[in-house]
Amino acid sequence: MLVLSDFLILGAVLFCLSIAGIFLNRKNIIILLMCIELMLLAVNMNFIAFSHFNADIAGQVFVFFILTVAAAEAAIGLAILVVLFRNKHTINVEDLDSMKG
Amino acid sequence: MNVPMSELYVLLPEIFVLVMACVILLVSVYIPEQLRELNYQLAQLTVIGAAVFTLGNSTGSTVVVMNSMFIHDPMSIVLKAFIYLITFTVFLYSRQYLQDRDLYKGEYFVLSLYAMLGMQIMVSACHFLTLYLGLELLSLSLYAMVAMQRDSQQATEAAMKYFILGALASGMLLYGISMLYGITGTLELQKLSAVIAEGNIDNKLLVFGLVFIIVGLAFKLGAVPFHMWLPDVYQGAPTAVTLFISAAPKLAAFSLLMRFLVDGLSGLHSDWQAILIILSILSMGLGNIVAIAQTNIKRMLAYSAISHAGYLMLGILTATKDGYTASMFYTIVYALMSMGSFGVILLLSRAGFEAERLDDFKGLNERNPWYAFIMMILMLSMAGLPPMLGFWAKWSVLNQIVLSGFVWLAVLAVIFSVIGAFYYLRVIKLMYFDKPESTEAIVANADMRIAISLNGLGILALGLFPQMLFQICSKVF
Repeated sequence: MLVLSDFLILGAVLFCLSIAGIFLNRKNIIILLMCIELMLLAVNMNFIAFSHFNADIAGQVFVFFILTVAAAEAAIGLAILVVLFRNKHTINVEDLDSMKG
Repeated sequence: MNVPMSELYVLLPEIFVLVMACVILLVSVYIPEQLRELNYQLAQLTVIGAAVFTLGNSTGSTVVVMNSMFIHDPMSIVLKAFIYLITFTVFLYSRQYLQDRDLYKGEYFVLSLYAMLGMQIMVSACHFLTLYLGLELLSLSLYAMVAMQRDSQQATEAAMKYFILGALASGMLLYGISMLYGITGTLELQKLSAVIAEGNIDNKLLVFGLVFIIVGLAFKLGAVPFHMWLPDVYQGAPTAVTLFISAAPKLAAFSLLMRFLVDGLSGLHSDWQAILIILSILSMGLGNIVAIAQTNIKRMLAYSAISHAGYLMLGILTATKDGYTASMFYTIVYALMSMGSFGVILLLSRAGFEAERLDDFKGLNERNPWYAFIMMILMLSMAGLPPMLGFWAKWSVLNQIVLSGFVWLAVLAVIFSVIGAFYYLRVIKLMYFDKPESTEAIVANADMRIAISLNGLGILALGLFPQMLFQICSKVF
């Protein structure tokens, strides 16, 4: 039988994976966007687990809002990515260095 | 679900702004190019209308509506009033700049109004869901606004950095919220506060959630070590957008800190106090020292914003009512000063020329003594010299810090403030004692000239009579 801590560990592992992905990845911005999505899904996992084991529906409602916001966020992120590619002809993370100081 | 009309009446400003933003979006698609002025006029009308609705319903009592998701209290009214004032002035300042750069379209006004709506919701939120949605509405609008100058490499790069780090911050904040939800079983800030006060919950678990929340808040506020996005965004974004980002969202960030830490987690104040002390020392130190090395004035003001975020937190970390008052006073004063400084940068910019290097301010006194005088007032105020308003803001937070027994922290804050005075005074030196690089006359519309003069003189006049503004803040708590 699965208990609450199993879900929380899964959520934490996903969350750490996404943070590690954001900080270690030096190649591709699309991977960064994927990591951000993964992070929000990790949070959703937490909310659903708590909601189920606390028998409180509010957490699941929150998840729907996070999903909606995540969709909007992905849309804006990809739009910025397209504009960036048009201007710089690259989506390499290391090339985002025109401003320093 | 049955929502009585009286509850909707409380939400009237938000509903009005939402409807008007959608109307402007539609209008801007269909009107011909020569009628673009209409977008601007409608946007200004929206801000004024929202102000009328908010101030018309300010009874001074606290009302909680919408199944305790939305709170209408004195703090939210004052902050909203200043958010309206700043948005109104930002539209006014940026008009010429946007026209010169072919950005004078409906998008700028629609996105600004959505951002303003997000701030209104954040300021009035008393539930994790409304806080989160307000924050995202603000952030998503700002990401798009930074990227609005589509052919600029710098602007799109800044937008990408802002987007990634902003999304990371939201993720952190959400993870913290999910932890607190799991531990306490509620998403309402008032219930959360009550559950923590009962004291049946292991403190370690709560602090685990708290740490994630503070990381998210520090990102949004731009406190060191979570400040990386701020200089790049300030520098890369079109100046009209930087002006908007630098002013009104600071008020929203202040309310975010207050709602989370004071309304929700006041039971953990000894824990968040220690974290805020570290964040504020690092912000004041790094912000003021790195700003000295900058040659780009937008970037310099970004580091100045980081250091001001440090001073802002000083008042909150005392966890007293007077401390909150001082912090709120500081935030409002900073937003007004920052708005004026970026206003002067906008004033000096023309079509095809950005006055963003410090060298562009050389000899401003010879070119136009009045604007040089206004900029001098603003810089002296930012540095915290009497009798400007900025002095009283610094004085009130330092006073509260000393009263709470953190004398060493106040000494540190003063030392960093003295270091910071160098780069503000350097701008004044450039304006008054150096030869100008160009002799081109500075042209501006009459409304812009009047607004920027009022902005500068207001800082001076309110500095002579600081009680007026301070009393508004002290009545709130």
